[in-house]
Amino acid sequence: MVTRGFTGRRPARPDAERLPPGQYLTEDFPVLQLGPTPKIDLARWRFTLREGAKPLKSWTWTEFEALPRTRWKGDIHCVTKWSKFDTAWEGVTFDDLLAAAGIEAPTAYLLAEGYDDYTTNVPVADLTGAKAMVATRYAGEPIPPDHGGPARLLVPHLYFWKSAKWVKGLRFTQKDEAGFWELHGYHMYGDPWREQRFTGD
Amino acid sequence: MPLVWQEARITAAVPETPRVRRLTLAVGWGKPFRAGQHVDVRLTAPDGHQAQRSYSIASSPTRPETIDLLIERLADGEVSGFFADVAEPGDVIELRGPIGGAFVWDPAEGGPLLLVGGGSGVVPLLSMLRHRAEGAPDVPALLLTSARTPDDVIAREELMRRDAEEPNFQLRLVLTRVPGGRRIDADTVRAALAALGTPAHTFVCGSNPFVSAASDLLVEAGLPARTIRTERFGG
Ligand SMILES: Cc1cc2nc3c(=O)[nH]c(=O)nc-3n(C[C@H](O)[C@H](O)[C@H](O)COP(=O)(O)OP(=O)(O)OC[C@H]3O[C@@H](n4cnc5c(N)ncnc54)[C@H](O)[C@@H]3O)c2cc1C
Repeated sequence: MVTRGFTGRRPARPDAERLPPGQYLTEDFPVLQLGPTPKIDLARWRFTLREGAKPLKSWTWTEFEALPRTRWKGDIHCVTKWSKFDTAWEGVTFDDLLAAAGIEAPTAYLLAEGYDDYTTNVPVADLTGAKAMVATRYAGEPIPPDHGGPARLLVPHLYFWKSAKWVKGLRFTQKDEAGFWELHGYHMYGDPWREQRFTGD
Repeated sequence: MPLVWQEARITAAVPETPRVRRLTLAVGWGKPFRAGQHVDVRLTAPDGHQAQRSYSIASSPTRPETIDLLIERLADGEVSGFFADVAEPGDVIELRGPIGGAFVWDPAEGGPLLLVGGGSGVVPLLSMLRHRAEGAPDVPALLLTSARTPDDVIAREELMRRDAEEPNFQLRLVLTRVPGGRRIDADTVRAALAALGTPAHTFVCGSNPFVSAASDLLVEAGLPARTIRTERFGG
């Protein structure tokens, strides 16, 4: 339906091809979260892989920083409609985490868990093959607390709410269990190119 | 339930402040909304170019057939500029909602209720206040809101009237761009908490910098983080 009188502002053509439908390009780095930014003490920080309630492997900050590191540069897309191009992250890929833990993924799904009690579900297949990492640096610096530092999940090919901030662990689940936003009507998968914003999209 | 795009007709468009326009839309909701929720609007140009943005609902859920949006004109804003300059009563806009299940307050949740809004961040808080006045007037509530000048205070008359007439509601205005102006700081937060008592629920809304600053101050003042909910408009 054409909106009377709306002409709009188009991004330049190469940009437009990189923008998923319904998104607009921003130069800022907006912040989105449920509540205040948690204060996280690195001395007490732990990152834990679990299967259900059972811990499989846990790292302190120092141990985590010693894991193999990978850099990734690319575009991120938030369900609130902004996209940001060429963001630069560094962290430990999901593949390297599993290798360091000496395990294979025990189930096909998991929930990322944050220090703020946030959870979000991601299929394991979307994390393997260098598609995702637990990032600890953004643009060459430690990730600022507002953007999820000291560590956040980074799953850039899904809407950014899947990239849980202040991540404290990944919990493998038997089936695809809804996380916080998914229980509040957001899509279980969240592919920006298919505009999977809400349940039913 | 899937959120479908619907057509909503603008029934009124009036200036709210020099920078904010109030649009009333007749909507055909499949279900009622909750105070604090927002809608997504979608505009389409003749060549197919589309823009989507989110806007909080300002009106009370007790009047669900029409909703009020309060849209602030941003310099060079693609969508807010359209609503400021082009949209008129009779126009039809595509919209879907209600959206958002975390930044909401229902009278059954009770209080005390601390609402902290910067600029247009007061919009979802207005819906909560309006709902509270109708459904739970005994719940103690305090609105701490920051604006540039008195003329920029959204719903100023209404808020002042509520402050004067409603026994359990207090308004705290902070003006940033007047002589002697200030921002919300540790003192304003402390004074608000002293006047209200410890809130059971706190809602903070506005631009990114506003919400970061205000929610840090609230945590520093001793409020448990899990009682504070935030909504960020960007910027
Ligand atoms: C859940 C939610 C609820 C919202 N509710 C409201 C509301 O009730 N009323 C309202 O006026 N807005 C609200 N917003 C903001 C709104 O969605 C748009 O971001 C805003 O209207 C700007 O869109 P635009 O197309 O005019 O500007 P754009 O063309 O997208 O941007 C123009 C310039 O403004 C900057 N900018 C974008 N957004 C903001 C901002 N919010 N503050 C300062 N600078 C900004 C951009 O970086 C850019 O430089 C809400 C946002 C969210 C996520």
